[in-house]
Amino acid sequence: MSLLEIKDLHAGFEGTEIVKGVSLTINAGEVHAIMGPNGSGKSTLSKVLAGHPSYVVSKGSITYNGQDLLEMDAEERALAGVFLGFQYPVEIPGVNNAEFLRMAYNAKLVKQGQDEVDPLDFDEILDEKMKMVGMDKKYKDRFLNEGFSGGEKKKNEILQMAVLDPKLTILDETDSGLDIDALKVVAQGVNKLTNENNALIMITHYQRLLNYIEPQFVHVFSGGKIVKSGGKELAHELEAQGYDWVTAPAK
Amino acid sequence: MADENSSKTASVSQVMEKTEYKYGFKTDIDSDTLPKGLSEDVVRAISAKKNEPQFMLDFRLKAYRKWLTMKEPAWPNVHYPKIDFQNISYYSAPKPKKKLESLDEVDPELLRTFEKLGIPLDEQKRLSNVAVDAVFDSVSVATTHKKKLMEVGIIFCPISEALQEYPELVEEYLGTVVPIGDNFYAALNSAVFTDGSFVYIPPDTISPMELSTYFRINTEETGQFERTLIICAENSYVSYLEGCTAPQFDTNQLHAAVVELVTLDNAEIKYSTVQNWYAGDPETGKGGIYNFVTKRGKCLGDNSKISWTQVETGSAITWKYPSCILQGDNTQGEFYSVALTNGHMQADTGTKMIHIGKNTKSSIISKGISADHSSNSYRGLVKVNKGAVNARNYTQCDSMLVGDQCSAHTFPYIETANNSVQLEHEASTSKISEEQLFYFEQRGISRENAITAVINGFCKEVFKQLPMEFAVEAQKLLTLKLENSVG
Repeated sequence: MSLLEIKDLHAGFEGTEIVKGVSLTINAGEVHAIMGPNGSGKSTLSKVLAGHPSYVVSKGSITYNGQDLLEMDAEERALAGVFLGFQYPVEIPGVNNAEFLRMAYNAKLVKQGQDEVDPLDFDEILDEKMKMVGMDKKYKDRFLNEGFSGGEKKKNEILQMAVLDPKLTILDETDSGLDIDALKVVAQGVNKLTNENNALIMITHYQRLLNYIEPQFVHVFSGGKIVKSGGKELAHELEAQGYDWVTAPAK
Repeated sequence: MADENSSKTASVSQVMEKTEYKYGFKTDIDSDTLPKGLSEDVVRAISAKKNEPQFMLDFRLKAYRKWLTMKEPAWPNVHYPKIDFQNISYYSAPKPKKKLESLDEVDPELLRTFEKLGIPLDEQKRLSNVAVDAVFDSVSVATTHKKKLMEVGIIFCPISEALQEYPELVEEYLGTVVPIGDNFYAALNSAVFTDGSFVYIPPDTISPMELSTYFRINTEETGQFERTLIICAENSYVSYLEGCTAPQFDTNQLHAAVVELVTLDNAEIKYSTVQNWYAGDPETGKGGIYNFVTKRGKCLGDNSKISWTQVETGSAITWKYPSCILQGDNTQGEFYSVALTNGHMQADTGTKMIHIGKNTKSSIISKGISADHSSNSYRGLVKVNKGAVNARNYTQCDSMLVGDQCSAHTFPYIETANNSVQLEHEASTSKISEEQLFYFEQRGISRENAITAVINGFCKEVFKQLPMEFAVEAQKLLTLKLENSVG
């Protein structure tokens, strides 16, 4: 059984259809890259997968782990192991980063029928995860994403991924706004977290992230559809020849 | 006792009706009730029933005559049908109500509220009037503290008792902070108040415990016009907690209290309130308390300080401005407030900081949260008199909106009569955004918990001013209140 099976998905935002017939199958242990020009529907797909209430699915199906994903709300999907690394993580003033992470961690434990962890025990877990993703401990006591630089926000997303250990991770433009050093750190973190039991979808405009996190599959989005799929070499060709190379024939 | 009093004058006995308690109330509790309506005779009757000294009767009569010439204020940003002041009973030791036979007859909404608040079952029974006489616990609460406090010279008792035991102290300070003609409701309170707390902290004394009063929750009738007077003498400190955490189910009911605080040289009073009177039906807005309260402190002595912290989560209408008169030099006033409105609640609340002495400082932190169809207004005055050189004020006024049917308003007023003052004002309005909530949900955190986290974060600066137990209680209350307001 595939971890994720998307069939002929049509979806949009405020009455405009943006994703226009996408089919995609992802198995555990796989890393997929979704590339494409701005406005091609990549981010919409990520929001639809995560269950954002403003995005409406008009046609098609998504099966996750044998369940109908579209029947689940955002919270249920998260608890079932779907994780979205946001392109623009929101700032939440007044909410302590460590406390937020503990809430999320405990929500998962409760879902699995286990006891919640107290702040002291969680602190140990958090220290280990912060080390893993190369994040300074001082961010524990900051308000969630408030005043974080672009790089810190993205690292914080990966920290959350590390804490929650999801089955399916979608990273939406995680590389945007990162300098090369930050990109390396983030990529190392992600690589430590991927294994044969989980799957990763990387949504990106540029090829450079893929130098550090190697996908087995690359899909090119254009006009709300996948216009070309291939192996990692496809990413190199795109980088060399530009998106027109694949998007032009689609028109 | 009632017989002795009522025999004093014919008019007094004429306006009194005797009511017999049927449910085993203690015999020393006055069981008389005045019929509805207000007149000079009623005022005299109240004073006589309390066996008050002459000055108190004069005070009441003066207030009553003043009240007759006054009009209900129309300036607050709240709306309600006109109150018929002749349709209220002004002296009512609790009348026996229809008793509930079992917990099954209690409004399930109310039971659920108590469960979530973690109030034990017997407490539940007490609050919802299933237990027969538990509503009269007020006096004993005060008494248990009294002995221990007396050892260090602290007086903590019902104001009616203070009028018997320490009339000269009451006479010296009563009405010196909130004059009888201060406003319509203060005048009414001055004429007809029946009880409340009296606290006197002698010089050089740090109160060994927090003083708290919960007794006002007991019955609707006696809680209507309460009067509290706290005097903190030289070099002393007291922290006073007022809990109105018991919801009541009622038709609209007027609650017009007056609280006066006085600090002498180097003294400090910290006054905290968590108010959760019944707010009316969340759907229709029917019922609920009209909470029209005058709270004011006077920093009379130099270097003294008064700090108000309030968490207002209840009442159909809240109209109150805990204020500080900074009369002594180098005095400080503080106001920390969280006001939450939901359902059809209306709140018009804030503070007044009146700078009179030199080098006086005040700070105002106000957090307003509006949800559902409610309206939440902050109204604050910072007034600096001519002699108040080097006065400073910092005001921060933040509003948060939950949903799109509610409203938040701010009415800051600044009056200054000298140019050596330093005033800062910051204000913000935010919404709990859908994107924020989605972020939480995407991490597996429920919408309710997300809102709690955001709201608690928003109110942090105020909550940290509250004593620990109160802060926990306040957080729980806000969560409870907002749970139904979200999606």
